[in-house]
Amino acid sequence: MLNYIWAGMILLGVIYGVCTGQMSALTGGALDSAREAVSLCITMAGVMALWMGLMEIAQESGMIAKMTKGIRPFLKFMFPRLPEDHPAGEYITTNLIANVLGLGWACTPAGLKAMEQLAELEKQRAEQRRIEQQRMQPVNRQLRPVAGQGTEKGRQGSEDRRYGAEATAASNEMCTFLILNISSLQLIPVNMIAYRSQYGIANPAVIIAPALVATLFSTIIAIIYCKWKDR
Amino acid sequence: MNTLTHMSDIMIPMVIFWIVGYGMVSGVKVYETFLKGAKEGLRIVVEILPTLVGLMMAVGILRTSGFFDLLGHLIGPATQAVGLPAQLIPLLIVKMFSSSAATGLVLDIFKTCGPDSYAGMLTSILMSCTETIFYTMSVYFLAAKVTKTRYTLPGALLATLAGTVASIFLAGKM
Repeated sequence: MLNYIWAGMILLGVIYGVCTGQMSALTGGALDSAREAVSLCITMAGVMALWMGLMEIAQESGMIAKMTKGIRPFLKFMFPRLPEDHPAGEYITTNLIANVLGLGWACTPAGLKAMEQLAELEKQRAEQRRIEQQRMQPVNRQLRPVAGQGTEKGRQGSEDRRYGAEATAASNEMCTFLILNISSLQLIPVNMIAYRSQYGIANPAVIIAPALVATLFSTIIAIIYCKWKDR
Repeated sequence: MNTLTHMSDIMIPMVIFWIVGYGMVSGVKVYETFLKGAKEGLRIVVEILPTLVGLMMAVGILRTSGFFDLLGHLIGPATQAVGLPAQLIPLLIVKMFSSSAATGLVLDIFKTCGPDSYAGMLTSILMSCTETIFYTMSVYFLAAKVTKTRYTLPGALLATLAGTVASIFLAGKM
């Protein structure tokens, strides 16, 4: 995906630049941007090292584990049909906590694990449904003795296809988890503060509170939507 | 908005105090642990440097070619009315696909308008409130081998829209 975006931006830029006669400016634009990326990284290195250092302390002291325990009721509210001690629950909490603390890069591994576990859970559910259905079958046949052999077979065939499709469709838990993840509640937007401080302003952190309000709002909307769809 | 600004000011010192204090109380070797984490942080920055060079170069080319001006000219007047400056249109689109590509655009806005301008503020708040939709969906669903995403996309778009509206409202108050 990124390959296309990147190539598209460059090719489009050069073509449009040639058309509007900005050829010499393009060279400057490209070189300046590269230099700027390096100086940005130098500023960011400080913020990043500081934040990751603090997070390491938080992890070591058991603070993050405590927070994980704290949001358990929330997990129960958002994923009511997730079995209590299912491993997916732990990965989901880790992912959400990492998100809240602004550890974007740290939340992906846990998130992927959570998705795998949810897929596993869905497979088990499909299996269970199939067993239940098989148990129901003789009863069905008794109830409907008039139904011809052919139609019975046809109906079963279409149901099988339905189950086949279900195996690759997202479960409600997956949808909820991803929407929550994308709405991404974040306590402190560390990256944004780092980028802002690069451009030499008095107070790069003024955005914390409004950002918190905005992210809270988008997450609340996401929760309402998920609960409505999952009812 | 004074309280919001004030809250922003005390947030980071509070968090630092809380984390270090809690660490001390629970008997963690705070300084050594901090160094371990800081090293990891530096490694991450070094890792993203090439990405940043590549993407900022692409954005730089696109900007100097005048393409963004064209885009702003075309859609700008319509979005300006609801408080969305024309410079933010490419950002809103790119943000849905890749957060690192969006970062390139963010820095460009900071450079041309300044981080404390209305556009800069709006960008800062906007980028802090939602994640990259299509990237997240493709990676996560790939892990679960899911092809039918059902109501994930509408939900994600709705959340992003909510975040955008809230950001415009808040940036206007700053």
